[in-house]
Amino acid sequence: MTTPPKPSEFYQRDRRWHPPALSQDYKTSVTRSPRLPLISLENTASEITGPVFGHNDINPGDNDLLSNFAKTGESPIGERIIVHGRVLDENAQAVPKTLVEIWQANASGRYRHKKDTYLGALDPNFGGCGRTLTDEDGYYFFRTVKPGAYPWRNWVNDWRPAHIHVSVFGSGFAQRLITQLYFEGDPLIARCPIVNTIPDPKAVDMLIARIDMNATIPLDTIAYRFDIVLRGRRSTLFENRLEGN
Amino acid sequence: MGQKLDYLKETPSQTAGPYVHIGLAPGAAGFEIYEQELGWDIAGPNARGERIRVEGVVLDGTGSPVKDVLLEAWQANAEGVYAHPEHGGEVEDGFRGWGRVITDFESGEWGFDTVKPGPAMGRNGQRMAPHINLWIVARGINVGLNTRLYFEDEAEANATDPVINLIEWESRRQTLIARRSERDGQTVYRFDIRLQGDGETVFFDI
Repeated sequence: MTTPPKPSEFYQRDRRWHPPALSQDYKTSVTRSPRLPLISLENTASEITGPVFGHNDINPGDNDLLSNFAKTGESPIGERIIVHGRVLDENAQAVPKTLVEIWQANASGRYRHKKDTYLGALDPNFGGCGRTLTDEDGYYFFRTVKPGAYPWRNWVNDWRPAHIHVSVFGSGFAQRLITQLYFEGDPLIARCPIVNTIPDPKAVDMLIARIDMNATIPLDTIAYRFDIVLRGRRSTLFENRLEGN
Repeated sequence: MGQKLDYLKETPSQTAGPYVHIGLAPGAAGFEIYEQELGWDIAGPNARGERIRVEGVVLDGTGSPVKDVLLEAWQANAEGVYAHPEHGGEVEDGFRGWGRVITDFESGEWGFDTVKPGPAMGRNGQRMAPHINLWIVARGINVGLNTRLYFEDEAEANATDPVINLIEWESRRQTLIARRSERDGQTVYRFDIRLQGDGETVFFDI
């Protein structure tokens, strides 16, 4: 049994590494971005604790998007892929037993959502979501199809690069993160106003999954590797302890 | 240059987009896939304390409701204990203190049922006023927004709350106070969130 990490404070989030709230070229952000500065808060128990999930919360097949919505004996259409990697923190320590959830469009670039009206066809065998818990080493994997690119209303000819949305918890509420995974070599990445909300190209690189031939299953499924880094916790040595620890 | 520090950088955030429900609340997207969806029951059946309902709407800078927003709530139980193994203290069986909140796609109104949290211990032995932590994601929000909901009927505790008192502008503190009312015998707190402009809600960098 690994004991969960002792809750302690997180390193300050690097707000210049993340996208700013307001990005003019991503038009929806213009009216949905706070204009006043965030109030910086030293972590309290409310931020360093967070929900805990276990194997009772999910089913073993929830991470297999090739089968979790398909009719028996059928599969979704599209390029079969594995997405796998580790969830680490800024101290390069594994984040075990944390919930990872993903959602994506199908191979036609169509989402199974009542608000999506794109021309791309729905796939009767593809739901488009999955979830899993990392193991003791922070490792996770999903099986799915590679999502298609799709158009969206921003400028008139904007297309989202193929992407998978990724949601991760960590062990404290201040680690909560939603991001998007892109695929190595996609020419739409550099053209995407949502990708380009991120100021530093090195930060964008962290969102591009690399093809991983060693994890690829020959004659079966291509693998992409995607590691995720959550905020790290400070050591509590030589400092005033938070009450309640 | 000196020695290298081998810390990693945090994965940068990206917007949750308009279809966040597919991943986090597929029933709301319009299909059944999981045996159980997570986060619909915050307090569970055994939680002690006052049962309450919290309702609100998230408004954008033009005053329009944000209809595709998703919120997550994180709170202590009525004794001020978080359901986290190291927080010190027991919570009731089935109390998770975490929930997911989706809107009505037509109106943008959201609501959730829970118990009113108790005061949790803050930094340096200072007690915090009862509050619910909220995390807000949506299309157009590049990094999830953190705020706190405090309770109108806890005026005394709110007045000494160390986090509320960090907010230099006293007029802005009101944006964190949920208004209490009764409806059909149930306690309802109203908490509207303004992302931008007049009465902009206080958001925290936690």
